[in-house]
Amino acid sequence: MTSYFITNGRVIDPAAKMDAKLSVHIEHGKIVSVSQSKKAPDGATVIDAAGCIVAPGFIDMHAHLRDPGFEYKEDIESGTRAAAAGGFTTVCCMPNTNPVNDSTSVTEYILERARQVGAIEVRPIGAITKGLAGENLAEIGDMAKAGAVAITDDGRPVMNSGIMRRAMEYAKAFDLVVISHCEDLHLAAGGVMHEGNVSTELGLGGIPAAAEEAMVARDIMLAELTGARLHIAHASSAGTVRLIRDAKERGVAVTAEVTPHHLTLTEEAVSDYDPNAKVNPPLRTEADKRALIKALADGTIDVIATDHAPHDITDKEVGFEDASFGMIGFETMLPLALALVHDRALTMKRLVEALTSSPARILGLEGKGTLAPGKQADIVIFEPEHSWTVQAERFASKARNTPFDGLRARGKVRYTISRGKIVYSS
Amino acid sequence: MKLSTRHLLSINDLSRKDVLTILQTAVSFKEISERPIKKVPTLRGRTVINCFFEDSTRTRLSFELAEKRLSADSSNIGKSGSAMAKKGETLLDTIRNIEAMRPDILVIRHSAAGAPAQAATATRAHVINAGDGMHEHPTQALLDLMTINEVKGRIKGLKVGIAGDILHSRVARSNMLLLKKMGIDVIVAGPPTLLPVGVEEVFGVRTCYDIREALPELDVLMLLRVQRERMGEQFFPSAREYARYFGVSNESLKGCKDDLVIMHPGPVNRGVEITADVADGPRSVILGQVTNGVAVRMAVMYLLLGDGPSE
Ligand SMILES: [Zn+2]
Ligand SMILES: [Zn+2]
Repeated sequence: MTSYFITNGRVIDPAAKMDAKLSVHIEHGKIVSVSQSKKAPDGATVIDAAGCIVAPGFIDMHAHLRDPGFEYKEDIESGTRAAAAGGFTTVCCMPNTNPVNDSTSVTEYILERARQVGAIEVRPIGAITKGLAGENLAEIGDMAKAGAVAITDDGRPVMNSGIMRRAMEYAKAFDLVVISHCEDLHLAAGGVMHEGNVSTELGLGGIPAAAEEAMVARDIMLAELTGARLHIAHASSAGTVRLIRDAKERGVAVTAEVTPHHLTLTEEAVSDYDPNAKVNPPLRTEADKRALIKALADGTIDVIATDHAPHDITDKEVGFEDASFGMIGFETMLPLALALVHDRALTMKRLVEALTSSPARILGLEGKGTLAPGKQADIVIFEPEHSWTVQAERFASKARNTPFDGLRARGKVRYTISRGKIVYSS
Repeated sequence: MKLSTRHLLSINDLSRKDVLTILQTAVSFKEISERPIKKVPTLRGRTVINCFFEDSTRTRLSFELAEKRLSADSSNIGKSGSAMAKKGETLLDTIRNIEAMRPDILVIRHSAAGAPAQAATATRAHVINAGDGMHEHPTQALLDLMTINEVKGRIKGLKVGIAGDILHSRVARSNMLLLKKMGIDVIVAGPPTLLPVGVEEVFGVRTCYDIREALPELDVLMLLRVQRERMGEQFFPSAREYARYFGVSNESLKGCKDDLVIMHPGPVNRGVEITADVADGPRSVILGQVTNGVAVRMAVMYLLLGDGPSE
């Protein structure tokens, strides 16, 4: 097995409270040492990381790989290559596949397929209810034993509060976090974008922030009632931030994630009916965006997750109202998140933490999200200052549904190392 | 003469000068419609395709007559009448197919907001928005303005009320934009469930719930169709209650200006937003609006193509 000596870079490993100019030596797929040594051990290939950050490989705890069932949009092979290009070494995939990942057979299929063709590691997230129908609990215990790292009905919120309560209680037995896509379907009905001035101007049905916040409030109350661990997916509004902040202050076991696009764009991105700006939850206002950035910076929001949602062009070219929700995110995540660091709204340490140790802690991913010696060598090396232009047609993803095509970006992944092997370099 | 815009997708595409040019041109085209032989060779050899992806009888007929009176070659494709626009084929596919036949103008009506704007990205033809979802219906607003100008003899300084289902109305959106652009004071009214969020800020209009409050100051009252289906969606409890608290009857017109004019883009829902005696009464200019519709559409098509060949 190959041995690498990564030197001259700034090593940031928030889990080890480490941030210094150090060298990382890896061998046999494992981290051997992180030290001040400048001298490469015999037989090690030197990777010069001058001008770069060396960090634990990123973990995306919210992505849609579309496999099984929608391989024309994305599959485990293309999805993991796209993730590798974005600096990720672990991706957690959502269960809204066909068939739905509500059973050990689908969980095992995903893990097996990822072992065969995956550029990086995949950790499946199981469904809360059978078929995501919101009616009967899926076999949560079996899925946990098979390797599911969390449960969610992402995309199809569990509207029945009684079932959500039971799911939270039951998940405790397997120490699984329950990830909630918070959306009151009655309040959101007919909506295709944020309800506000832009939706009024464009004549598009609105999704009020209250549709999210009402469910965030409900799920926080259920987490308090049950003592279960709750994770709020893709927080999008200032009101959601307030609810999470308040719950955390009261000691409720709640965590949250935010997507790069909610940190970057507002409802204005929809102004020319760009179907690639149609996401759920929708892009909201400038004030919401600012609240999300602040919450990420101060730790109220724990994690950056992409909600990578690939779609075929035919899912998007049908006009804004009929277009599918979602945008791809793996290959643009880093420059979008780094823009906050460049703007001094976020520290580099918080950025790395939100992509590594935080998701690892929430999901209980043993040995991931750190560069501690002896652990598996999952590493990203990125150059924060490098300028480049986003070209969607060059993405490793099968999909092109991004509003960031043509964006002048700052910050590029140089190497992604998964299990000691270089799986991406630029 | 030419417009400053290539397409008419939204009232926002038009400058004030464009609007005045359209109104002037429409007046001269209206004269043609009064002749025994209602035809001029103005657009001979030009191809107009009416793409009505959403059902429409009145607007479509109005466009077709406008095209015929200008001697344009016109064809229609409908929601189901064409092999195109079938499931699996996207809107852009359909437009690219039509584009391959080299039309000069595409008139597009679609149930989805933004569809004409999207279509405009895939064609060299001029696109006219004939109504897109809840977004806009610019030629309707132009014909309304033409009617107001005709009846009142002026535009600036007037006060116009728009009452009804503002939330779902593309006619309301285009009218708010156009009337404000031309210096008209606009008050919109309806039950709070049917007023869109931020409407005052976005369109610069005033709002009230009951139009009767604003009635004494109005020069024009435009009523919008309130679809009975909205009851099922819980926007209001019953047609009876709507009529009672938000509709307009001869009774509620007490105290209005002597020369108040009543307009309605049709089709009229008699007994809901408006009683029959008002719709068919002396203040109503509803049929005049229909006549002006043909003239305004002739003017828009003529001016979009301008004098020279289309690019
Ligand atoms: Zn979701
Ligand atoms: Zn998702």
